[in-house]
Amino acid sequence: MKKMKFSVYRYNPETDNKPYYKDYEVELEAHDTKLLSALIKIKDYQDDSVSFRRSCREGVCGSDALNINGRNGLACLTDLAGLKEPVILRPIPGLPVIRDLIVDMTQFFNQYNSIKPYVIDDRPMPERERLQSPQERNELNGVIECILCACCSTACPSFWWNPDKFVGPAALLHAYRFIADSRDQASSLRLDELNDPYRLFRCHTIMNCADVCPKHLNPTRAIGKIKELMVSRAV
Amino acid sequence: MVKRHITGAGFGFISWLQQRITAVIMLIFAIIFLVCVFISAFNVNSSITSWQNLFNCTLVKIVVQIFFLAVVLHAWVGIRDIWMDYVKCNAVKLTLHILTILWLFGSLIYSIKVIW
Ligand code: SF4
Ligand code: SF4
Ligand code: FES
Repeated sequence: MKKMKFSVYRYNPETDNKPYYKDYEVELEAHDTKLLSALIKIKDYQDDSVSFRRSCREGVCGSDALNINGRNGLACLTDLAGLKEPVILRPIPGLPVIRDLIVDMTQFFNQYNSIKPYVIDDRPMPERERLQSPQERNELNGVIECILCACCSTACPSFWWNPDKFVGPAALLHAYRFIADSRDQASSLRLDELNDPYRLFRCHTIMNCADVCPKHLNPTRAIGKIKELMVSRAV
Repeated sequence: MVKRHITGAGFGFISWLQQRITAVIMLIFAIIFLVCVFISAFNVNSSITSWQNLFNCTLVKIVVQIFFLAVVLHAWVGIRDIWMDYVKCNAVKLTLHILTILWLFGSLIYSIKVIW
């Protein structure tokens, strides 16, 4: 049985004056390959006060984004093998901490809601569903897989400085997802709403977002495509 | 005032495009300038007067002036971005924007005096 050391960010606003780190040593069995298994072991067998979010434990729900040894990622997709010890676990940066590894995602989802994350089509409803050709559907590959885990936005310095005004890579990826959707009829409106020195243009192409995305998506590229569309409608 | 999520100032794109275009202009100028320096470094006949003659040519003056204009327009977006990122108070931000514009505009006028 292998042992691994963890140092976990702890903060309970009701009892702690300030955050601190608590160390744990976890005995791992052969089937404990992902970081989430170790966290669950800590909670189940050592300290049930450790708080974190998780649900699907297979990279689908997007709830267990953490800052792992200084880098954002999903606990359930991060291999324990190869992590430098002690593994330092912090909440994803830039958002208010509710408790331990749980952050308040309100600002993140406010930005997501601000891009109108739904197909806008005021034309009369067809008798059957609105169809897409396979080519039109292909346009959505590489953007539609986003699980809104916030790894990218909370790794983006522009989002740290202006989370209330800069839409952030995750929501910008979704903005492009609806612009690229052949069924959506509001591309011009969407571009108008992004033509703002903060909302889109706070992105300085630092590419932290593409670097950390656990689903291997590239928000920077989506942002580039939005800018391209703005150029093509202006010149 | 009611707290609203307000969006769409309507000018971010133009500033962004302005920054890209002026960057290209500055790059082209820098390359031409370096080539000139290089040529004169290997030319035994080059002297201070040959440089002076070069910069007395109206076409060269226009090119240099365009370069300075590009620098000022480029710097405006860059400096404005810094204030936007780090200054939270709107009054302070607006004051800094105005001071930046005055300073850059002054520099541009001074560049006209130097070049022509
Ligand atoms: S783009 Fe990637 S990192 Fe960002 S929210 Fe979506 S899945 Fe997470
Ligand atoms: S590329 Fe843009 S959105 Fe992505 S991390 Fe950098 S500034 Fe943020
Ligand atoms: S637990 Fe659902 S993404 Fe990790």
